[in-house]
Amino acid sequence: MRNFKSLAFIASAATLLAACSSPTKLEDTPVVEKSPEAAAPVADSRDIRPVETGTVDPLNDPKGVLANRSVYFDYDSFVVRADGQPVVQNHSGYLTKNTSRKVLIQGNTDERGGTEYNLALGQKRAEAVRRSMASLGVSEGQIEAVSLGEEKPKATGSNEEAWAENRRADIVYQ
Amino acid sequence: MKKNLHFLLFSVSIAMGTAANAQLQIEIAGVGSNQIPVAIAAFADESVAPDKVSAVIRADLERSGVFKVIDAGQVISERDAGQVNLAAFKASGANALVVGSVARQPDGRFAIRYKLLDTIKGGEISQLGGEVQPRYTRLQAHRIADDVYEKLTGVPGIFSTRIAYVKEDRAASRFALAVADADGENEIIATQGKEPIISPAWSPDGMKVAYVSMENRKPVVYLQDLMTGRRNVISNQKGNNSAPSWSPDGSTLAVALSQDGNTEIYSVNSSGSGHRRLTNNPAIDTEPQFSADGQTIYFTSDRSGGPQVYKMSAAGGNATRVTFNGNYNISPRVSSDGKTLAWISQRGGAFSLYAMDLASGRELRLADGATEPSFSPNGKYIMYATKGGGRTSLAVVSVDGRVKQRLSTKAGNIREPSWGPFMK
Repeated sequence: MRNFKSLAFIASAATLLAACSSPTKLEDTPVVEKSPEAAAPVADSRDIRPVETGTVDPLNDPKGVLANRSVYFDYDSFVVRADGQPVVQNHSGYLTKNTSRKVLIQGNTDERGGTEYNLALGQKRAEAVRRSMASLGVSEGQIEAVSLGEEKPKATGSNEEAWAENRRADIVYQ
Repeated sequence: MKKNLHFLLFSVSIAMGTAANAQLQIEIAGVGSNQIPVAIAAFADESVAPDKVSAVIRADLERSGVFKVIDAGQVISERDAGQVNLAAFKASGANALVVGSVARQPDGRFAIRYKLLDTIKGGEISQLGGEVQPRYTRLQAHRIADDVYEKLTGVPGIFSTRIAYVKEDRAASRFALAVADADGENEIIATQGKEPIISPAWSPDGMKVAYVSMENRKPVVYLQDLMTGRRNVISNQKGNNSAPSWSPDGSTLAVALSQDGNTEIYSVNSSGSGHRRLTNNPAIDTEPQFSADGQTIYFTSDRSGGPQVYKMSAAGGNATRVTFNGNYNISPRVSSDGKTLAWISQRGGAFSLYAMDLASGRELRLADGATEPSFSPNGKYIMYATKGGGRTSLAVVSVDGRVKQRLSTKAGNIREPSWGPFMK
């Protein structure tokens, strides 16, 4: 029994010694060594680890105006409607402030008609959005207008509701 | 050999064209029918091969709509052609008789021989012999059917050609470019991925397919060598790259690009170099298609308001309008003899397949609910995509509109057909 007690004492003393000793002894754990917090003594309940808040990119705010990235069109039309103007303006504002960001404007059509002609019609929609953005000061190098034609419908179904949903240009950040 | 697609013959009522070039004088038997009556015998020893040769020939000839196939009801080898009682076959209504044999060779291949006999005048019209790997048994049967078709109609058969098309399951984001025999058998997936593929176009030598893939989040034109699987980018300019079409000599492709902010037609070398602009118009110019002589490009343009078919020199320049009826005419395709234009016209809501005799301007409506037409290399059939029951499938119609077939799969859509060329 005595032997066990002294063994326990020696062990705890060694632990204390290790805890109080220089942090260089932890060098063989490189990940911990690189972190400045690792140099601090063993945490206790009164420790406080400070946190610095970052600036949230408005592009990543799911409730922000930039979360809306779709511009809708009327049947056989390539004119950005009034309800699409704020979408174009908001993203143009962001892109003029963040000139390193680039976007693809992907035009889409409903399912009616020929594959390739629909691809060209979708491109006209993307081009309409691209021109609106350029007129608001977004540089040419930041925008590319392309089309997915009828190939990537957002809404499935062959009715006016689905078709209206698919007559659309999407702003896709790269 | 797995059967993936099924042809359904849903209408057969044929008006046989003049068989002026045919080597056989055709007597039309029966009232109200002008199909060519052909008797087909079972081939000697044909059960040794993986496919029954006479059955493949029979299915091909029946599907063409041009023939009335009569079962000879017996096995006849081409070696016994001299002893056949041709008068009996003539009496049964047949104008010609197909006989043949299959034999396994020491190297594992099959020797497949056939003769086409004239039951009216007597004697031999044609014969073919070939030794093929077991997996090409069907192909050799298709070649025999091609020979029968050509000898009896004067027009080359298309049974041994191949087709390319797109298979898609949008819900699962699965898209594939598939190649199959013209009868829908032997389907092979040449390309597959998670993004759409459209507008496949066979190279004139039948070795490569150009197509548009959206794997890069925009349309880019690729060229794929079918045997090696190697892919080259033909066009990846800013904006859209689409609608590839081959010049008949295979040196050049015409494509539609939007790098100018507006869709225009360009030519590009089959190596992917040397883009050259052919149209210059503030409207959409797309869907270029070379004529068979390579001198003319037909295309779709909405320069007059709605889309119409136009033509211009293959070097570009002034365009002439070709279609005038209806305010939505797209997807022009020219037959190999340069005489017939097929295209899609929307009249009264429906999208229909039309054919026009280019000399007279006479139009014929061939099918309703049709898009993406593609001529068979002999110019006698047009394959197209058709929607029905919420799915897209493929269908074939003869240029006279009399014969229709449908090609469908058990699940998903098949669309964007491209009928391959004759192969040597």
